[in-house]
Amino acid sequence: MTVRHVHRSIVMVALVLAAPAWAAEQPVDLAPAPGVEAVEANCGGCHSLDYVRMNAPFLGAEAWKAEVTKMRNAYGAPVTDSDAATIVAYLASNYGPAK
Amino acid sequence: MRDGRLSRRSVLAGASAAALYGGRAAALTLDPALPAGTRAEAILEALPGKRELIKLSWRPPNYESPLAAFVEPITRNELFFVRYHLAVTPTVLELANWSLRIGGDAAASAKTLSLDDLKELEDTEITAVCQCSGNRRGLFNPHVPGVQWGVGAMGNAIWRGVRLRDVLALAGVRPGAVEVAFAGADSPVLDATPAFRKSIPIDRAMDETVLLAWEMNGEKLPIWNGYPVRLIVPGWTGTYWLKHVTEIDIRSKPFDGFWMQKAYRVPRGLFPVARPFATQETDKTSPITEIVVNSLITAPLDGATVRAGGFEVRGLAWDGGSGIARVEISLDAGATWAEAELGDYFGRFAFQPWSFRVSQAQAGARTVLARATNAAGATQPARLVQNPAGYQHNVIASVGVTVA
Repeated sequence: MTVRHVHRSIVMVALVLAAPAWAAEQPVDLAPAPGVEAVEANCGGCHSLDYVRMNAPFLGAEAWKAEVTKMRNAYGAPVTDSDAATIVAYLASNYGPAK
Repeated sequence: MRDGRLSRRSVLAGASAAALYGGRAAALTLDPALPAGTRAEAILEALPGKRELIKLSWRPPNYESPLAAFVEPITRNELFFVRYHLAVTPTVLELANWSLRIGGDAAASAKTLSLDDLKELEDTEITAVCQCSGNRRGLFNPHVPGVQWGVGAMGNAIWRGVRLRDVLALAGVRPGAVEVAFAGADSPVLDATPAFRKSIPIDRAMDETVLLAWEMNGEKLPIWNGYPVRLIVPGWTGTYWLKHVTEIDIRSKPFDGFWMQKAYRVPRGLFPVARPFATQETDKTSPITEIVVNSLITAPLDGATVRAGGFEVRGLAWDGGSGIARVEISLDAGATWAEAELGDYFGRFAFQPWSFRVSQAQAGARTVLARATNAAGATQPARLVQNPAGYQHNVIASVGVTVA
């Protein structure tokens, strides 16, 4: 099992543990585009993905990168460098300002 | 935002408070100044025990009160906003064996208390506004990241409980105590994520207005608002009002956790306060503390048509505890102001209702402005005080109406 897979399983376990006590949470479907799986797997364990859409479309690539960095450094999200780059690219192109 | 003023449209379109209380699903009209993504995401949704609030995020749950909640000066429990930082929120069942631990290096002894133990102390109550530091963040221009609140991340309730200082006395506060820190039963998903912990300075902890409350508006605290016991810090922003309090740490050194040192900070000097939180100051930033003077117009609704023969302007004003000295209304873009009448007084930390009768107005599009001034002489600014985290939005309140 690679480090990456270990991290993924931690997140998946966390996702189950974090299942809310009420049944109201509805799935948040992010734009189907390359990288969306990395966002769902790395981000969705700790918070619902409406956080992404709520903070759009005013964050550019640098600002999205700062958010991902904050999640990794301040909140301890176990995101690999490679996944982080994928996530930032996905967020910037799908939830950034129109080009 | 128009001309840097607050344009407030996050209203229930065409719905009165009565319709909301009747439980009828109402259409939600959101302020066009909010980010487009927020306007697409926000929906009316009811958590268990709550009426429909404006859902901004499912997990952690962040739900703001609709404007109709502020027609009344005391915010109903079922309409009171919900704000969590971290996703593991406790259930009533999980809190069945709740106890409160008090200790720390500046405590004379360690104590563990049950709710019954707390209730043996003299109880008291205070009416106070709990307002999220980031209330109205979504109306910042330019936008800043975070939960994109409209105007409803606040509420005013009657809190009943015991004075914190009486609880601290049970453990004994040693000379040299500088801060008291708090932990709650909510927690992060990952061990690596800093748990939500906050501290307040010892002089604030010993202030008679600071409570550990178990009751809100005559009822047990709703689970979403801190059941069974939450910290009440009147005059300070909601970040200090820890929910589900389980641990109290009387400290001889400043608390250096993430939520004090890195989060909830403002550029030093940007928001002058009466009593600085000295042990948490740095050269560049201060912890956010006192609520700035503010107001909200609850009637007429933005976009409403009003009568040229006269109409009523109503709303609320509040601040960090100086008390509201006056609220003024302008119908001419701030060239002239007339004083509104202040309504019932619920205390210096509470919402202050106000009203103003416009006896006649010229037909056409008009903007109604409301500006509160507190007893310390602070008044709402015409332009937003920008800051990186989007705190303390208190621009002069504004609604657009058609006079006909």
